[in-house]
Amino acid sequence: MAAPLNYPEYAALAPTVALALTALLVLVVDMIDPGKPQRLLLAGLSMVGTLVSMGFAAWFFAAGTGAEEAIVLFGDQLVVDQMSLFFALIFTSVTALVIAASYDYLHDHSYQAEFYSLMLFAATGMTLMASANGLAVAFVSLELASLPSYALVAFLKKNKGSVEAGLKYFLIGALSSAVFAYGISLVYAVSGSLQFDAVAAAISGGVGDQVGVLGLGILMVLGGFAFKTASVPFHFWAPEAYEGAPAPISGFLSSASKAAGFAVAFRTLTVAFPVASAGAFGVDWVLAAQVLAVVTMTLGNFAAATQDTVKRMLAYSSIGHAGYAFIGLAALTAGGSNGFVVGASIIHLFMYGFMNTGAFVFVALVEHWGIGRTFEDYNGLSTKAPVACVAMTVFMFSLAGLPPFGGFISKYVLFWAAIGNGFWWLAAIGAINSALSLYYYSRVVKALWFEEPNGNLEDFEVTQPVGIYAALTAAAVATVVLLPALGLFSGSVTEATVSLFTP
Amino acid sequence: MMIEALIALCLLGSLAAFLAPNRVSGKLAFLASLLPLGGSIWLYSGFENVGNALLTDQQLAYESTIAWATVGGYDLSWHVGLDGISLPLVVLTTILTSLAIVSAWTPIDERQSQFYGLVLFLEAALLGVFSALDFFVWFIFWEAVLVPMYFLIGVWGGPRRKYAAIKMFVYTNVASLAMFIGFVALVFGLNVTTFDMPTIAQALQANDFATDYVLLEFVDVETLKLAAFATMFFGFAVKVPVVPLHTWLPDAHVEAPTPVSVLLAGVLLKMGTYALLRFNFTMLDEVVLTNDVVAFAIVAIGVVSVIYGAMLALAQSDLKRIVAYSSVSSMGYVILGLAAYTTFGLGGATFQMVSHGLISGLMFMTVGVIYNETHTRMVGDISGIADRMPLTVGVFVAGAFGYMGLPLMSGFAGEFFVFKGAFASSTQLAFGSMQLFTALAMFGIVIVAGYLLWAMQRTLFGEFRLETDYEVSRAPVHDVLPIMTLLGLVIVFGVAPELFFEMIRESVDPILELGGGA
Repeated sequence: MAAPLNYPEYAALAPTVALALTALLVLVVDMIDPGKPQRLLLAGLSMVGTLVSMGFAAWFFAAGTGAEEAIVLFGDQLVVDQMSLFFALIFTSVTALVIAASYDYLHDHSYQAEFYSLMLFAATGMTLMASANGLAVAFVSLELASLPSYALVAFLKKNKGSVEAGLKYFLIGALSSAVFAYGISLVYAVSGSLQFDAVAAAISGGVGDQVGVLGLGILMVLGGFAFKTASVPFHFWAPEAYEGAPAPISGFLSSASKAAGFAVAFRTLTVAFPVASAGAFGVDWVLAAQVLAVVTMTLGNFAAATQDTVKRMLAYSSIGHAGYAFIGLAALTAGGSNGFVVGASIIHLFMYGFMNTGAFVFVALVEHWGIGRTFEDYNGLSTKAPVACVAMTVFMFSLAGLPPFGGFISKYVLFWAAIGNGFWWLAAIGAINSALSLYYYSRVVKALWFEEPNGNLEDFEVTQPVGIYAALTAAAVATVVLLPALGLFSGSVTEATVSLFTP
Repeated sequence: MMIEALIALCLLGSLAAFLAPNRVSGKLAFLASLLPLGGSIWLYSGFENVGNALLTDQQLAYESTIAWATVGGYDLSWHVGLDGISLPLVVLTTILTSLAIVSAWTPIDERQSQFYGLVLFLEAALLGVFSALDFFVWFIFWEAVLVPMYFLIGVWGGPRRKYAAIKMFVYTNVASLAMFIGFVALVFGLNVTTFDMPTIAQALQANDFATDYVLLEFVDVETLKLAAFATMFFGFAVKVPVVPLHTWLPDAHVEAPTPVSVLLAGVLLKMGTYALLRFNFTMLDEVVLTNDVVAFAIVAIGVVSVIYGAMLALAQSDLKRIVAYSSVSSMGYVILGLAAYTTFGLGGATFQMVSHGLISGLMFMTVGVIYNETHTRMVGDISGIADRMPLTVGVFVAGAFGYMGLPLMSGFAGEFFVFKGAFASSTQLAFGSMQLFTALAMFGIVIVAGYLLWAMQRTLFGEFRLETDYEVSRAPVHDVLPIMTLLGLVIVFGVAPELFFEMIRESVDPILELGGGA
């Protein structure tokens, strides 16, 4: 268990600790003079803390921490390896973008400190989800990520839509938490353990007549993940929550929170219930994941094609992308190059973090300008704000899987990995969905560039809020640069996930 | 590093044109496009051919390889290089881009800097398509072509531009996805750990398949190859396009502004046939040569495209639509030549790509020049323009004769090579013989002559009449110069086809040595 860095092993948790400390610090700073919230100070502090955390994650990832052998902490409850570090990188990069965008979005709201602190706590929970090495930690960290999210969705207290969205999100979240916890208890009943590897060891020799209990347990655990990743059948909170929530928070939930759900799902399912013997668990979770992947991507894409408002379209598109990412769990087969499949899915989530958050930041910008929500309201916007529209075009094309953007390469690598494991039909369904998605993504592009402006732009003065523009630019640059920069992380990520499949 | 420099020049030019004010952007873009044009001619002059890019073991001309990424155990790299098949297409691309930019000065009268920026970006992507030798790099360029094209049609196009743009977008994207799945499913079966196209081609030729590949548990190697061939053929055929996958093309052509039509017909369609030659007819040549049903299907598709495309052209009354459908017809000859598997068949097909690029570019540009003055393209609306625009009409007539295959023009050389190659072919067809189909295809020329002569008679000659209020006068010099240049090139390559044909021949012969053909 030698750490490659010359620090104590618990130093490997630095990304998580940095986020948690910043969250607390933000609250403390706000207490000094609670009557007069220092917008810039609070946002700046949160940003610095997030960047520090990102820096740690990137440094450790590049240094190969946990690459040889994962660092296991606190009586095997937490594990830090290349996969968890890369996920920390995903969460912190999304959080940084969202903080920058929120600075302008929240300019006349009270409870600034609470907002940033809740977001940072949620991010802390997400990094723990990626590190969870047992079902108990998985549950607790999932709740730590979820509870602040409920409050964040309902943050616009005077906005009916926001409050309703928060309530809906909370109710379905509570339900699926219950399902998840019950599933954990069933698995515990059969295996007598909560540690992933101990569970795997306990059930490896067969579980006799308890196979039905185990199967039900696995299915319920999968349901918990489906909620967190906004996948069918626990997806219907997503369009409401994403539409009602403040736009930066929609980006945060649909990018980071979704990635966190996949992070914990990858580790739980592949380590605790090994693919090789998935058929012996009463319910073949790989088969279940295949069904979920196909249904989720198809439903998300078809529903997205029929929306009138851009934000809701993005919400359904995010469900569709959950379906693509689910290929990481669906295209697994005993003896195949499974590490590559999971790694491809993680790379897609990484790219998705930038392009999807960027798209929601653009929506935040349009909401900030107050020029409407529908596709028609976006007509001719490029005549007024070309730079922002270029960025939005980059995001749309990248989401649709067109080059020269990051989303192109990650989507094709994902299909490629699926084909490599023999799941050409899964890739084909993904491809059909991807072609369909071109239709509704290009609707935004068409509105921005092809259409004549509507009346709503006549006496509209373009303002350029610094934070939102910075977030847009950063996300757009990242979306473009990550294509040529693929080589910096693709090898490590697709190798890191191999260890999930080697007991 | 010459190819990288060429692409970088295009991208820098694109950026400069994009940032320049509308007023000067066109001139600036033209100057910027001269750099890659000069560069490509420099490439041509210093070119040393070493055979076929996919099959040779030697260092290719202007080859360079830079490791890019490792994904799931496969190495991806930036790998570019040119052989006698790709170099002519690179030269064609740079020539047509420069001329298309000049021809855009008159018709493009709004958002110029965005327009020229996109055109130069398109050029960069096209150069990448023709020079990339790593599948993923190639595929990035291949798909990247769609993005500028979508905007060029959607923003500056005609009344139904939005429909045409999205139709082109979705059609070709679906095709690319199918092709991707087919190709990747094939590559995974091979004992390779790279997406380097030469490595893959040589592994395929050596039949070096992995025994433990998941798909091979269900199907045998032959079926896998056939399935890959079919999906890839579908993917590329949409781009070419062949009947019955051609319906996006007339819409895109008619709605696109003239300079974009020029690039679409002149270069973009060649991407499809170029890829067919590289992937289907080089890597998987065995499928055509051993399976006479496949060979029959391909030849039939080619001949149907020739005849049916020409018939459709005959039925049109929009000059631009006539030229657009005749592209479908001309590309049918390319398919026929490829399936023949002879030196003159493959070489003629490649030569026809270049020749058709020049001639169709010429025709679209000339129709555009006429439209700039008359503001109509309908055959019934105008007649006798020869009185008012003698020079332009002269070029149009000359170009039309090039299309019909008049000797000493490049169209003659291209079609003659294809027919010569196809007649000599020993490709076995399941029904009928190659020679019979070739004879059938030759009738296409008669129809081409028919509709072009008929259309010219009605619009160019006779008494001047125009059912609009525009004052028709001679076209400005910068409209006429590009078409004169193209006409000159058509004649040069008609008189001296060996300028390109020699290098093409050296690069297609290795394909024939693989087995099969004469």
